[in-house]
Amino acid sequence: MANNSGKKSKVKFGVYMKKYWQLYAMLFLPLTYLLIFKYAPMIYVQIAFKKYSLVKSVWELPLAGNHGFEYFIAAFKNNDFKYALRNTLTLNLLDLFFGFPAPIIFALILNELCFVKFKKVVQTIAYMPHFLSWVIIYSLALQLLAPNDGLVNMIIKNFGGEAIPFLNDATHWIGSYIGFGIWQNFGWGSIIYLAAIAGINPELYEAAAVDGAGRFRKIWHITLPGIKPTIVVLLIMSLGNILGGGFDRPFAFQNNLVMRVADVIATFVYRVGIKGLQFSLTTAVGLFQSVVGVFFLLMANFISRRLGERGIW
Amino acid sequence: MKIKSNADRAWDVVFVIFCLLVSAMCVIPMLNLLAKSLSGTEFLVRNEVYLLPKGFNFNAYSTVLKDPKYIRAFFWTVFLTIVCTILSLTMTTLCAFPLIFENLKGRKAINIFITITMFFNAGTIPNYLLMQKLHLLSNPLVLIIPGVMSVYNMIIMRSFFYGIPDSLRESAEIDGATFFKILVLIYLPLSKPVMATLALFYAVGRWNGYSDALMYMRDDRFYTLQLLLYNIINNINQVEVATQEGFSSPGLSASLKAAIVMFSTVPILCIYPFLQKYFIHGVTLGAVKE
Repeated sequence: MANNSGKKSKVKFGVYMKKYWQLYAMLFLPLTYLLIFKYAPMIYVQIAFKKYSLVKSVWELPLAGNHGFEYFIAAFKNNDFKYALRNTLTLNLLDLFFGFPAPIIFALILNELCFVKFKKVVQTIAYMPHFLSWVIIYSLALQLLAPNDGLVNMIIKNFGGEAIPFLNDATHWIGSYIGFGIWQNFGWGSIIYLAAIAGINPELYEAAAVDGAGRFRKIWHITLPGIKPTIVVLLIMSLGNILGGGFDRPFAFQNNLVMRVADVIATFVYRVGIKGLQFSLTTAVGLFQSVVGVFFLLMANFISRRLGERGIW
Repeated sequence: MKIKSNADRAWDVVFVIFCLLVSAMCVIPMLNLLAKSLSGTEFLVRNEVYLLPKGFNFNAYSTVLKDPKYIRAFFWTVFLTIVCTILSLTMTTLCAFPLIFENLKGRKAINIFITITMFFNAGTIPNYLLMQKLHLLSNPLVLIIPGVMSVYNMIIMRSFFYGIPDSLRESAEIDGATFFKILVLIYLPLSKPVMATLALFYAVGRWNGYSDALMYMRDDRFYTLQLLLYNIINNINQVEVATQEGFSSPGLSASLKAAIVMFSTVPILCIYPFLQKYFIHGVTLGAVKE
C-alpha cells in the first residue's frame, strides 16, 4: 500500500516535471546568480568576528578578542566611525525632512495645472536630473557654486556681495548636498504620487464641488487622503533606510575640507576597508549597518500596521 | 462649463509661475555648462560666461575628441551599457516569468529566497572579498556580472506579467505549447512597455554607475566614463592630451571639463524623453507590491 502510493507520487512527479522542467531551467541562471553574488558573500560576514589574515581561509581564522566582538568595540571607539554614523543619520534625516515632501508638493501643483501640453513639458524637464549621475551632478554643482567662477557666486559678486563657500564650508556643504538631492529627485519622485492621484475617483471632486468646496479644500479633503497610503508606504521605506544610503552621492560630493560632516558609513567602509585594508573592522561596521537597517524596517512596518495602514509586505 | 472665480485664476497663474521656476532650475545648470563648453578661453578666465557662450568655438570638443583615453572610456562604456542591458533583461525575464505560475512547486520557497536578498546585504567588504576569490578584481567581467539582475526590477516585470490575462496562456497550454513558446510568442510581444522601462533603468544604472569600477577595477584601460570623469573633476589623473595643452591654463581647463561632462550626459538625455510614457508606467508597477 505504502509502496503503491509512493510509486504513484513518483509517476505524478515525473509527469509534473515533464511539463514544468522548462520553468526550472529558466530559473536556474537567475537563482544561481543570486546564490553566488548575494548569498555567498555572507560567508565573509564572519570576518567581522575574526582576526583577518590574507593567507588563511575564512574558516581557519582565529576568533577576535572579547568573545569575537573586538572589532565592534573598536568601531565604537573609532572617532571617524562615530562621525560617519552621526553624518549618515543627520544627512538621511535632513533628506527625509526636506526631500520627502518635495515630490508630493510638486505632484499636487502639477495636478492643478490645466494646460495639458505645458504640464507634459514641465514633467519631462523635471525628470531630467534623475538621469544624471552623481559625478555629473557634482560637476554641475561646481560649475554653479565654485567660489571664483561658479555662476551663483559670479552673480552674487556682481551685486556686490561676498562669495559664499557653498561646497567648502561644513554648514553650506550640507545645504548644497541636501539641495542637490532634492533637485535630483523631486520630479522623478512625483511620478508615483501623480499615478496615485490619477487613481482617485473623480466623482469625489464633483460631489465636493457641489458642496461648494474650493480648490484647497479639495486638495486637503480628497487628494491628500487619496494618496495617503502611497505616502505612508514610501515614508516607511525611507525610515527603514535611515541608516542606509548609497555610496555614489556622498562620495561624489565629498572633499577634504568637509570630511567631518560629509563622511558617511558607506564611504568610511570604502576608505578604511578597501583603501586601508582594515577588513575585519569595516565588515563589523557593515554588519552593524545591515542588522540595524533590517531592525528599523521591521519597526517602521510594525508601527504603520499599528496605525491601521497597509504595511509594505 | 464651470466659471472660475478670480481667486482661482490667480492661483492658476501662481502655479504656472512656480512650474516655470522649477523648470528653469533644472535647465539653467545644463545651459551654463553648454555655454562654458562653447566659450572662448579669455571670457572664461574673466568670468564673463553666464547662460550664453561668448567667443563661440568648438575647441574644447575637438580637444576632447582627440584624447585617446577619453574616447576609449566612452566607447567602452557604450559597449558595456549595451551588453549589460541585454544580459540584464534576459536574466530578469527568466526569473520573473516562471514565478507567475501558481502551481509551480517550490514557488513560495523561491520567492522567499529572492526576497531575503532585498532586505539583507552582506556589505561592501564581503562583496569585495568574494570578487577577489572569484578572480574578478580588475577583470572587465566585474563590471557586467555582479549587477546583472536587480531584484527590484524583477518584481516590476513580474507585476507586469501578472497583468497579462491568464486565459491567454491557459488556452496556449491546452493547445500543447511549451513554456518557452508561451514566453516567446505570447508574453514577450505584449511586454514592450515593461521591457523599454527596464532597459532604460538598467542602461542608466550602468551608464551612471561608477562605484563598482572604483572599487573593483584597477586597470585604467577598463575605467568607465563616469569614473574617468570623477578623476578628471577631482584632478586625480588627467586626460593625456589635456595635460599637454589644456589644463595648464585655467580658462581652457574649465571649457574642457564642461565639454567632457556634456559628452557624458548627452546620450542618456537624448533617449529618456522618448521613453517617458513607458517608464511612468514602470515606476507605478514597482510600487504595487502583492
